[in-house]
Amino acid sequence: MKYADEFRDPIAARAALDAIARVCDQIGATAENPVRIMEICGGHTHAIFRYGLDKLTHPGIEFIHGPGCPVCVLPMSRVDECVQLAEQPNVIFTTFGDAMRVPGTRKSLLQAKADGADIRMVYSPLDALELARRNPDKEVIFFGLGFETTTPSTALSIQQASREDLTNFTVFCNHITVPPPIKALLDDPFMKLDGFVGPGHVSMVIGTHPYDFIADDYGKPIVVAGFEPLDLLQSVLMVLEQIRDGKAVVQNQYARVVPEHGNPVSIAAINVVYEQRPSFEWRGLGEIDHSGLRIREQYKAFDAEEKFGIGYATGTRSVQEPEGCECGAVMTGRMKPTQCPMFGKGCTPEMPLGALMVSSEGACAAYYQYGGARAVEPAE
Amino acid sequence: MCLGIPGQITAITDPTRMMAMAEVSGVRREVNVAPIVTGALEDVIGKWALIHVGFAMAEIDEDEAEKTLEALRHLGEAQEELEAMAAGAAALEV
Ligand code: SF4
Repeated sequence: MKYADEFRDPIAARAALDAIARVCDQIGATAENPVRIMEICGGHTHAIFRYGLDKLTHPGIEFIHGPGCPVCVLPMSRVDECVQLAEQPNVIFTTFGDAMRVPGTRKSLLQAKADGADIRMVYSPLDALELARRNPDKEVIFFGLGFETTTPSTALSIQQASREDLTNFTVFCNHITVPPPIKALLDDPFMKLDGFVGPGHVSMVIGTHPYDFIADDYGKPIVVAGFEPLDLLQSVLMVLEQIRDGKAVVQNQYARVVPEHGNPVSIAAINVVYEQRPSFEWRGLGEIDHSGLRIREQYKAFDAEEKFGIGYATGTRSVQEPEGCECGAVMTGRMKPTQCPMFGKGCTPEMPLGALMVSSEGACAAYYQYGGARAVEPAE
Repeated sequence: MCLGIPGQITAITDPTRMMAMAEVSGVRREVNVAPIVTGALEDVIGKWALIHVGFAMAEIDEDEAEKTLEALRHLGEAQEELEAMAAGAAALEV
C-alpha cells in the first residue's frame, strides 16, 4: 500500500477506510450518486489533498471544499484598501505573510512593497504592537485577517494597546466568522450538501454550539475534526454513520482540543472589542449578512477604517473578480479547480490570478500541488 | 496561520501583559498566555499549548503536542510557522 508510510497509524487508517467503504455501500453511495461532504476549513482541504484522502476513500464520497481559507475569500476591494493604506506616507503596514500575494485590482501587497511602501510581514499582532511602541512617530496598521481562530489575537492586542494608550496603532479589521457562509451555502438551492466536517481550531475558540443550526434547522450532520489524516477519516465515517442512521447532530471528534463551550477568555475578548457588521463581502460568494466583524465604538481609536476613512466607512462598494476567474464557482462546489480555464495556465501558485491559488489551504493550490501528480492506489 | 503550532511555556516574562516565553521546536518566542490562564499565572509554566499567531490558544498534553507537530511537519506547515516567527522578529529590526 503506497500510503502506508504516510500515515502514523496505517492499520487504523486501513480500518477507517474499510468502515467508510462499508457505510457507503450500505447507503448506496456511488461515484454517479455520491454523498457530498463539505470540509469547511482550508487546513482540512490541504490535509485531504496532501494525503490523497479524496482518492483513498470510497468513490461514493465527494469532497466539496468549503470557504474556510481566510486568504481565499478576501475580496479584491479589501486588498486594494490594504494597498491604499500601506501607500500613505508615514505608515508601517503589517500583515501575515499569507496575505502578501493575494491579487488586488492594481497590485498585491508584495508588489506595493516592491514599489516602496513600508510593508512588513509579521508573525503576530503583538509584533505590530511592538513596532508601534518602537516607532512613536509612525502610524502602524495591522491587517487583521482570519476566522475565529485569529480574531481573539487582534481583540486582545487592541485591548493591550488601549491599556497602554498607544495612539499610533490601528487594526484594519477583516475578521470573518464561519457560521454565516455555511448558512448562505445551505440556503443556496443549487448547493447539494449531505454533511459537514467542521473546523477544529475555529471550534477550539467558539465551541461546538454555533453549529447547532446546521443539524437542528437544516437536518445535516456535522462533525468537528482534527487535521491529522486519521482525524479526518474518523470524522467522515461519523458523518456517514449519521446519514445511514437518519440522524443529524453536532459531534466532536476533536474533543482533545475543542471544549464544548470554547475558550471563555477568547470569546469574551471578541465580544468586548468587536461587533457584527450588517454584511461583509466574500470573494466568490458576494455580500453575506452578519458574516464580518468590526471594531466597537469604545475602541474606535484603533480602527483603521475610521482613522483613515476607507473601507465600509466610505459607503457603496463594488464586487469585482478578475476576468476569467472561476473562484466563485469553485468555492460553491459548482466547478472543480481543473475545470477553470485559467487553472495551471493563467493561474499558478507562482502567478496566482484568483485567491484560491494563493494559499496552500486554497482548493486550487492544493489541486495544483498534489492533484493529478499523485499516484495513489484507489480504495478497493 | 490557522493551524498554529505546539509550544511549551518555559517562563513568565511580563505578568502585567500576560506574556511568557515559549519554546516552539527549538525556537524561543514570547507569547501571550491569557487564553489558557485559569488560575495563577505561574501555573502555565511547563504546560504545552497550541500557539496561534503569538497567543497560546489551547492547552494540550505533551503527547498531543508531539502528534500535532508531526502532522504539521507533513503538511509543511511547521516550517512555515517557524519562518513566519523569524520574519516577525526581523520585521521589528528594519
Ligand atoms: S484556477 Fe485560479 S482563477 Fe481559476 S478558480 Fe482557481 S484560483 Fe480562481
